[in-house]
Amino acid sequence: MMFTPENLERARAIVARYPRAKSAILPLAHLAQDQDGWLSPEAMREIAALTRVEPAEVLGTCSFYTMFKRDPVGRLVVSVCTNVTCLVTGGPEVLEHLARRYDDDDVYVEEVECLAACGGAPAMQVNYEFHEGLTPEMAEEIVEAYKRGELIPRGVSGGRVS
Amino acid sequence: MTVTETRVITKRIHDRPEDSWTIDGALASGAYEGLRAAFAMGRDAIGEEQVKASGLRGRGGAGFPTATKWSFLPAGSYPRYLVVNADEGEPSTFKDRMLIERDPHQLIEGIAIAAFAIECNLAFVYIRGEFALGYERLEQAVAEAKAKGFLGMNILGSGFDLDIVVHRGAGAYICGEETALLESLEGERGMPRIRPPFPAIEGLYAKPTVVNNVETISTLPHIVRMGGEEYAKLGVDRSTGTRVFSLSGHVKRPGNYEVELGVTFRDLLYSPELGGGITDDRKVKFFIPGGASSQWLTGADEHLDAPLDMDFLEQNLGVMLGSGAVMVFDETVNPALVAWRLAKFFADESCGKCTPCREGTGWVEKVLYRIAHGQGRPQDFDMLLDVCDNISPGVTTAPFAQTTICPLGPSVVSPVASLQKYFRDEVLAMCTGPSTIPVSAS
Repeated sequence: MMFTPENLERARAIVARYPRAKSAILPLAHLAQDQDGWLSPEAMREIAALTRVEPAEVLGTCSFYTMFKRDPVGRLVVSVCTNVTCLVTGGPEVLEHLARRYDDDDVYVEEVECLAACGGAPAMQVNYEFHEGLTPEMAEEIVEAYKRGELIPRGVSGGRVS
Repeated sequence: MTVTETRVITKRIHDRPEDSWTIDGALASGAYEGLRAAFAMGRDAIGEEQVKASGLRGRGGAGFPTATKWSFLPAGSYPRYLVVNADEGEPSTFKDRMLIERDPHQLIEGIAIAAFAIECNLAFVYIRGEFALGYERLEQAVAEAKAKGFLGMNILGSGFDLDIVVHRGAGAYICGEETALLESLEGERGMPRIRPPFPAIEGLYAKPTVVNNVETISTLPHIVRMGGEEYAKLGVDRSTGTRVFSLSGHVKRPGNYEVELGVTFRDLLYSPELGGGITDDRKVKFFIPGGASSQWLTGADEHLDAPLDMDFLEQNLGVMLGSGAVMVFDETVNPALVAWRLAKFFADESCGKCTPCREGTGWVEKVLYRIAHGQGRPQDFDMLLDVCDNISPGVTTAPFAQTTICPLGPSVVSPVASLQKYFRDEVLAMCTGPSTIPVSAS
């Protein structure tokens, strides 16, 4: 992977915003992940060059954070909350249904911690777009709407992908 | 008694649901008037007079007086940084997400006021990575504010310059802890730092730094506009003003409600325009008053009638108002299951730096799992307390004593201590598994 010329320009602008270049690791990793659909070793090497650190330092930082997927995850990341408010309002049932329904290369279903959507529990995100007040059937219908192109997903890091 | 909302920082959100987050919507409802007032009254009048008089205390969890925090900055040491903690991740807390997504200009105005007061020219907002929409709206709002001259060089002719960098996290609850947040902002793994030095002395890039929560900062425009003394008339005793409470779980109307501090939990849960009562008119079995890290309270009258007052709750009931999240569980809920899921959260989110937390949260989670799923052994409960005592010595007084750098480890003790306090018999009755499993507490 290499940043596209347009993204490379954005990446350099991001680095320039910080007093120290290393601070740009997280934003650049988001940018790379939105571009490629995952955070590849090649991307981390390029981020290292841009932030003037060793590639191992980029890996060391990025491997700490759950949003960075260091293997390809497909087009849709479906994050289902099962923390306590969702636990008592049906979150685990949504997760179980989706995990059983989607066992493919296009849809990646994961269990996540509290998404700060407890007022609409149970909740999930699809590529970091919130969907609340779910039943297992509704959750599946939402994923299907993304698959059919009726809902336009963000990038797998939650950014807008042009 | 029926209580209604007192909308100060959520007023624009409710008055202009169609455009509260846009520059036009914000300007049409008084945005940046507080900033003009701040420039007019001058730097020293903000922190030392208005904010101090307001009695404002941090809304992120610890409740530390904001003016005092600012006063710790060493004189004559520059540059200084302001970092807004927008890494909202405390389970059941969802107020900051609303304040960011739906009123980003109020936050930017508050940042400009705070930055002017503490002489900072570069501020950061560390926003939780999962808040994609919030990030987008905040970036948009920063661009709009720059275009209108509320940010940038020589703001409104004041001679004061300020730029704001909005920085996305990437999924780590620990980064809500202020020193872990600073590590993360520097491009490192989000692991807490040993204090001292405190951030006010050596924070971001080892420079003097103030870290304030989104809600705290969002309150500043109103304090400046109303005057600190006027603001302090809201609330009760040392818990002045309003707070946005995130109410969730088994209530009829879950959501964010801004009320004056000092109303009771019963008011919050049962008032028709607030919680509206318990789902299906069942009874409250227990509730968690201040986010997942807090100890629990029950449906007893003395708990429901306790005021939302930070000092009262700490001194009389040993719980904290924390992040202002209230999670309600009715009589159908198994408290051991809730305790297990909270322990799983802390085990998942432990950064791994301190052994008692890294190992202890995992053990607590495993033991609670088997108890909650009917396979606990009679001696398991006491083993749990023993493990907790290694994380937070003096279990029932937790989370103040701790063997870890930050309070994440001791937070796992809260659900266990709460089970011990209120549900020991119920939990022991679930521990009917064989006592011969070869695992020993001693």
